[in-house]
Amino acid sequence: MNGLLELNAVAARDALDKKAISAVELTTAYLGAAEATAGLNNYVALTADHALALAAESDKRIASGAAGLLEGLPIGVKDLFCTKGISSTACSNILRGFVPPYESTVTANLWAAGGIMLGKLNCDEFAMGSGNETSAFGPAINPWQGKDKVDLVPGGSSGGSASAVAARSALMATGTDTGGSIRQPAAFCGVVGLKPTYGRCSRWGIVAFASSLDQAGPFTRTVADNALMMTAMASHDAKDSTSTQAPLQDLIGAVGDGVKGMKIGVPKEYVIDGMDSEVVTLWEQGQAWLRDAGAELIDVSLPHTKYALPAYYIIAPAEASSNLARYDGVRYGMRVDAETLDGMYEATRAAGFGEEVQRRIMIGTYVLSAGYYDAYYLKAQKVRRLIKGDFDAAFQIVDALLTPATPSAAFPVGRKIDDPVTNFLNDVFTVPANLAGLPGIAVPGGVTSDGLPLGLQVLGRPFDEATLYRVAGVLEQAAGFTTTPARMAGGAA
Amino acid sequence: MSDLVTGCTGDWEVVIGLEVHAQVSSNAKLFSGASASFGSAPNENVSLVDAAMPGMLPVINRECVYQAIRTGLGLKAQINLTSVFDRKNYFYADLPQGYQISQFKHPIVGEGSLRIVMADGSTRDIGIERLHLEQDAGKSMHDQHPTKSYIDLNRTGVALMEIVSRPDMRSAAEAAAYVRKLRSILRYLGTCDGNMEEGSLRADVNVSVRRPGGPLGTRTETKNLNSLRFIQAAIDYEVARQIEIIEDGGTIDQETRLFDTATGATRTMRSKEDAHDYRYFPDPDLLPMIVTQVEVDALASALPELPDDIRDRLMGKYGLSAYDASVITEERDTARYYEAASDGRDRKLVANWMTVELFGALNKSGNTFENCPISPENLGELVGLISDGTISGRIAKDVFADMFETGKGAAAIVDEKGLKQVSDSGAIETLIDQVLAANQEKVDDYRGGKDKLFGFFVGQVMKESGGQANPGMVNQILRSKLDGA
Repeated sequence: MNGLLELNAVAARDALDKKAISAVELTTAYLGAAEATAGLNNYVALTADHALALAAESDKRIASGAAGLLEGLPIGVKDLFCTKGISSTACSNILRGFVPPYESTVTANLWAAGGIMLGKLNCDEFAMGSGNETSAFGPAINPWQGKDKVDLVPGGSSGGSASAVAARSALMATGTDTGGSIRQPAAFCGVVGLKPTYGRCSRWGIVAFASSLDQAGPFTRTVADNALMMTAMASHDAKDSTSTQAPLQDLIGAVGDGVKGMKIGVPKEYVIDGMDSEVVTLWEQGQAWLRDAGAELIDVSLPHTKYALPAYYIIAPAEASSNLARYDGVRYGMRVDAETLDGMYEATRAAGFGEEVQRRIMIGTYVLSAGYYDAYYLKAQKVRRLIKGDFDAAFQIVDALLTPATPSAAFPVGRKIDDPVTNFLNDVFTVPANLAGLPGIAVPGGVTSDGLPLGLQVLGRPFDEATLYRVAGVLEQAAGFTTTPARMAGGAA
Repeated sequence: MSDLVTGCTGDWEVVIGLEVHAQVSSNAKLFSGASASFGSAPNENVSLVDAAMPGMLPVINRECVYQAIRTGLGLKAQINLTSVFDRKNYFYADLPQGYQISQFKHPIVGEGSLRIVMADGSTRDIGIERLHLEQDAGKSMHDQHPTKSYIDLNRTGVALMEIVSRPDMRSAAEAAAYVRKLRSILRYLGTCDGNMEEGSLRADVNVSVRRPGGPLGTRTETKNLNSLRFIQAAIDYEVARQIEIIEDGGTIDQETRLFDTATGATRTMRSKEDAHDYRYFPDPDLLPMIVTQVEVDALASALPELPDDIRDRLMGKYGLSAYDASVITEERDTARYYEAASDGRDRKLVANWMTVELFGALNKSGNTFENCPISPENLGELVGLISDGTISGRIAKDVFADMFETGKGAAAIVDEKGLKQVSDSGAIETLIDQVLAANQEKVDDYRGGKDKLFGFFVGQVMKESGGQANPGMVNQILRSKLDGA
């Protein structure tokens, strides 16, 4: 059975079509893997019966020659996505037990393409966090371990997704990225994660964190797998007013196209204090790989980068404070009764929301308050436009940008949870793309001296995911990243 | 100005501004596909979006936008091709999202104006500050259970137009005239049914008082008035209350007040200190709303003729009084009726019959205009019969009553009952001779100088004729017989 888990998505599709393996076998292997790695706490709900029923249907479609793009491929779903008839909680106590009567557009697209739903994956509560430590279900654990064998965070907020793909308890997984919540955990777990252009994937049916920044994207083991999954996920959706009608490029075909003649920008502002030297070394290595593959490397400047993080931590909480107002105990989810309506709101929200969520609601409420709005929210929006302007200018010169994905490798569980400001710094390289609405991909580039994965990030023009896949494909090949995590299903360790 | 209010210490000027909430006539809600109809069972018209389920997103209903633009055009207002939806954040049990989607800084419609007509026919132009689109909230019912409140979300998300006036009104009567006129325009345009009882049209009234020509006083806002009577009563109460407070040496608190329909009084709802901080910000789920000039022009060219234009035509071309013209044009249906009834007839006479007899009869019978038993053609025919001398005005009233009762045509009734006016001079002379012969004493009195008796003789002749003698001829022949002999 271990052989099944070795297959990446493209290989598994091939084996399924050749009837070398069945969808039921593959799904059974992944359900077993999820059980075997339960200690990583990356699943919050495993839907084994549902998965096996879907797999049986997939096998029928494969037999009848009607296989979809993702036919028979087992997929884990971040708990932020609403899945019909299956508990969807955003890993918050306030939604514990909530079972939506509807399916998010993105997951509906995956199932329509033949994907097999394995279960719901752990994440930071309402996607607020960078280590998957704010989840009401407890932290998800990174399958990678350092020399000291201490439990590491998988990153966040899509920590469960990255952990599961790395641990091979999901062949692929969905994530959402508001400030780096796909790219940072992908880098921490040594997998590939794409945040598409804002508007590329529908937000309908995804629990909202910050509406103007949220974007769903795929986690996979390889770049080619990622392009495959992304092709199935993306769609124009009339139910999301911010969804694009721009046609989707040929992403699958782009992966092997190389970077010959491409201009790649290296932004000088992506060097910060306290950054691991190994991160800088990898970044330089990445530049060399691309140069060797025929790209022209160009130094560029994104002068407003340093304002991105503060602007993000105003805009995202502002939107969140309003988006989370609906969790009021009236219609669904948790309710703590009290004598008055206001009392019920206070008791319910105090009990239902964790500390980080409450912190961001407070910040967001503050920055939108009369007398503070102009100084914070309005100014942050101006900064946002300047950051967008920086990228627009850079993309006049270059086709894509190469940066580190994170300033460090994964850190131990519990190390940063009590220091919110340091925690926020995890997002320093990823946040600008969200503010500007640009696509970004994280690709594993190598390991630290402690044996932990590090990622490179490629940023591109709006709706030009194809270029990201071309660059990522070259990086992946050059890196030859074959190291596997210690706590992997069916693994040696 | 006669609108000044006299207090114990002198005259006061009243300053009134109105915020009218008009429910947009549309099949679906502003941001969801759920039905916007009235009168369904509780929580029957609620979509996942309306209930603010996790991950649900608003999508603008373009028809509601067009209705707002039509209204803006009807108010001769600036149409903003780019407008923005904002979130107005507050917690309440019947507000599932925890915010209302509204338009704060960039409304769809900017400045316009509206002409009101007072009972004496005088007109005034009231400034419109803005019109914006927003979601209605749901309904909380606190009287269904001893300890719980029940929530009905049917209205949640229904599109409202908030139409804000300038503080240009100076009396309760002007405020009522403003709402009546606004309602009339909305109904002409078909953008709001104007049904105040069902809450489709309701007003928040801002009232302050000041010394004539002095600086503006502190205002109070009385919320949610759903009849013209309540609007006027609330203003009258506020004016008296504010004057009394100021004249007693007190000051007015800027606050939101509620009107008690049972007592006619207003009372504090919340003070300025308790005012919500709504934390408005642009709704990130919605892009700025763009409409093109082409769209606006298309809507403008399809607008119906509006009451002011028809009124001007009725006064200018047909010579109607300002009052009659206003009454007839208040509703699109009555204006249409008038146009049809008066086509080819004596326009002023038709106006008179419509405003006095027809509206009177409808009122008395409790019938609505939609169920009017007399068709416009039949009313026109009746007036035609008067104009050409076929029947007298007196007989016409009987015929009208018959028409109202049976729905039959005027000529048919006149024929059927033999009510044709007698204009044969020989027949009238015979009748007059009979009356004079039977009243020789009075004839002598008349000729002896009691010329007031003339009316008696006319009455007798008309009575003998069964009301059918041509009154003009009766007068003429009678005078020649009495005076000429």
